[in-house]
Amino acid sequence: MVKELNVTQTMRAGRYGRFGGQFVPETLMTALIELEAAYDDAIADPIFTDEVSYYLKDFVGRETPLYFAERLTKEAGGAKIYLKREDLNHTGAHKINNTVGQALLAMRMGKKKIVAETGAGQHGVATATVCALFNLECVIYMGKEDIRRQELNVFRMELLGAKVVSVNKGSGTLKDAVNEALRYWVANVEDTHYILGSALGPHPFPRIVRDFQRVIGVETRRQIVEKEGRLPDAIVACIGGGSNAIGMFHPFIDDEDVGLYGVEAAGSGIETGLHAAAIADGKEGVLHGAYMYVLQDNDGFIQEAHSISAGLDYPAVGPEHSHLHDIGRVTYTSVTDAGALQGLQLLAKVEGIIPALESAHAVHYAVELAGTMGEEEILVICLSGRGDKDVQTVRDALGGGLND
Amino acid sequence: MTKQDLTNAITDCVARGDKAFVPYIMAGDGGLETIKNTILFLQQTGVTAIELGIPFSDPVADGPVIEEAGERALAKGITLRKVVKELASFKNEVTVPLVIMTYLNPILSYGIDQFAKDCQDSGISGLIVPDLPHEESGLLQNSLEKSEIALIPLVSLTSPPERIKKITAAAEGFVYAVTVNGITGVRDGFGDDLAAHLEQLKAVSPVPVLAGFGISTPEQVQSIGALADGVIVGSAIVAAFHRNDLMTVEELVKASKKEIYS
Ligand SMILES: Cc1ncc(COP(=O)(O)O)c(C=O)c1O
Repeated sequence: MVKELNVTQTMRAGRYGRFGGQFVPETLMTALIELEAAYDDAIADPIFTDEVSYYLKDFVGRETPLYFAERLTKEAGGAKIYLKREDLNHTGAHKINNTVGQALLAMRMGKKKIVAETGAGQHGVATATVCALFNLECVIYMGKEDIRRQELNVFRMELLGAKVVSVNKGSGTLKDAVNEALRYWVANVEDTHYILGSALGPHPFPRIVRDFQRVIGVETRRQIVEKEGRLPDAIVACIGGGSNAIGMFHPFIDDEDVGLYGVEAAGSGIETGLHAAAIADGKEGVLHGAYMYVLQDNDGFIQEAHSISAGLDYPAVGPEHSHLHDIGRVTYTSVTDAGALQGLQLLAKVEGIIPALESAHAVHYAVELAGTMGEEEILVICLSGRGDKDVQTVRDALGGGLND
Repeated sequence: MTKQDLTNAITDCVARGDKAFVPYIMAGDGGLETIKNTILFLQQTGVTAIELGIPFSDPVADGPVIEEAGERALAKGITLRKVVKELASFKNEVTVPLVIMTYLNPILSYGIDQFAKDCQDSGISGLIVPDLPHEESGLLQNSLEKSEIALIPLVSLTSPPERIKKITAAAEGFVYAVTVNGITGVRDGFGDDLAAHLEQLKAVSPVPVLAGFGISTPEQVQSIGALADGVIVGSAIVAAFHRNDLMTVEELVKASKKEIYS
């Protein structure tokens, strides 16, 4: 069923067109080479893939529903809108699809210690959760600013037995947390696996994360065919590093009639410079081991990203998305903080679902897009996570109350 | 100076019975105008070559001392372009080979070809890019070759023997042997496997092997220097310059000389 795709055929291993690669210190190279070999071996082994499926089903609660959002559809006044309910996963977001797979992979490699970065805290919680489940030692790096924004997630990680280390450097957000996690990995590479949380980083991470997130798109494809007898016309997902989006898009990439839309965070607006939209406003470059679109200045220094949503607050977009943008297969667009807040409130009011602020970017754009489409058309939103973690942020942003 | 001058400077030094000593400085920690004085001071202390670090926003291979120096330099507006240009302005006064250490992205932003040309014009003989492993080094090779600039590879404790062979076979200038798993910075001790590792590395490398990361005292200059062709000292030098402690710098350099060393 998984047919190899032209667009992801690489010039050489780990390349998506000219993007990707392995731009890391030599100390990590052997670990990356071993990781790739271990991963290739694991996915060819039914014992491993069955184990992943078992935990996804009985522990995570997959498959997640594909829900027809009737009132949201009416509100948008166009295409039929379905929600892929990744928010219903254990721990509240798609991130756990990847951490289950990578933790099982780490154990297969004989590594009992895990390090990870987190932005919103969702990946950190998902990592801490599988570390508790599998009895692995867990260190999570998190930016100081994100710790402030996502206080409860920090406590959740600690309840789960993880050690959360605050990163004060730079903007104190996701980029800085990745720097520290990489440094930790370099120093502890012999007994530690780094569970990278998005479709980023040096090869083979973008591939591993994508493959573990593909379950989103694979299920969606089956579910929409069951419900509608055909594939959707459009799929919308938010883009931080790009893991929920690539997992959702990948099984549809060869279906040219399915429009794919990635939504970056426009923060205060692209024109203000305070945003996280690396495709809209970035240049090609290298960050955290991969060649991709990166927000940077004219001297090649990486710029800080800005978004109300901690999970999108990253100054680059993963290598496969960079490539999909270049070849025009996916349309990348962006939604501001204000748009995301609207999307969140709308979905809460008309569907009884409070989405994560990250996912709310996709909701906002999808409602706009659906309005331009015909009633016979179908649009799917990847609802990557639930908004429980964001309630405080949203309340603060709305001035302590509702503004309607 | 060319890449051959860089290798020669080290082999000459070893032939005299000394160990090579390469200090790392953060270019422009204290302002662009300090680069010249620092280089002229260092060459007069008898260093073999000088490694100039370029500050970067995301220095993942660096420990706190160098990272903070980088932040100070960034705050002074130091960039790769400015450093290369500044070096050109006094290149006739420089008598030791200069090596630039920068992360990859500033080079990409500069333009690889232009960067290599400008480096040549500024008399730079080598380049160290900590986030460019052997597999990706093709990216720079052509341009550097044309400009006769050595791409100095790093070898780590985690690099297996076959990989070490591949890396050293392509090495120019010297091989940078990373002495610890981790980031730059002061260390109390080194692993037991270091001696065997460096011996193996020296046996296969066609160019000299310099050990670096964590070497911070005159004693370590001697004990680690004895295992290689010389040492690179970073954080200790950066910290000493920052507190204007030139004596410490001189003592570190002196520890590499035969009369002290033997
Ligand atoms: C709910 C949710 N959606 C999306 C993201 C963005 O990450 P990615 O682009 O990798 O899916 C995050 C990141 O923390 C998240 O928590």
